[in-house]
Amino acid sequence: MKELDIEAIRDNLGIVTDFVNEQLESTGCSMKVQMQIELAVEEVFVNIASYAYNPDTGPATVRVEVKPDGSAVMITFIDHGIPYDPLAKADPDVTISAEDRQIGGLGIFLVKKNMDDIRYEYVNGSNILTIEKNL
Amino acid sequence: MNINQTNEGTKLTLAIEGRIDTKTAPELEAVIRESLTGIESLVIDLAETVYISSAGLRTLLIAQKQMNTQGEMTVTNVNSDLMEIFSVTGFSDILTII
Repeated sequence: MKELDIEAIRDNLGIVTDFVNEQLESTGCSMKVQMQIELAVEEVFVNIASYAYNPDTGPATVRVEVKPDGSAVMITFIDHGIPYDPLAKADPDVTISAEDRQIGGLGIFLVKKNMDDIRYEYVNGSNILTIEKNL
Repeated sequence: MNINQTNEGTKLTLAIEGRIDTKTAPELEAVIRESLTGIESLVIDLAETVYISSAGLRTLLIAQKQMNTQGEMTVTNVNSDLMEIFSVTGFSDILTII
């Protein structure tokens, strides 16, 4: 298990994705799976950077854990901002026309679609979001 | 990300190379906002695009909404990974992908 403590700002996204990709290297996962994980990491981290401490900034922890048998990777994001359960939000309607579409709102939906499991809890003042992908 | 612009009268092609993500999408959005005056046909060429996140989808939606008012927009050379993202988000119905 590896952890990265970092200020939750958009400019740090590259450091976070590099950190996660480094941990994935040893798993030999496919390029496609790596891209799906990178996408989920971007969406979650940018959400934290945009909303958790708004209008201030604050810290986040990113933890990457590969199952001992190499069958899955779990990535946990911890922040101490306002309580926010991204899973409580209804999925966007993906069947409506461009004119009626809201700009935005697809981030967490993409996480759900690209990961195999996603869990949220609020414990002792911390938002803890774990995303899991089978390898 | 690199954006290669080819202007042929009222037709504009934007060939996007690299990643359309949180960091790069604002640059694409700026090009779209600045370059569409008088354009009736916008072609977004994704042959060299390797990654798109919701920030990129948002930008394509802005372009599509704008072109709906002044002409047409087509998206070309979409690889299978990107197509999957367009499919799950319903963008495959919103965009004209050829």
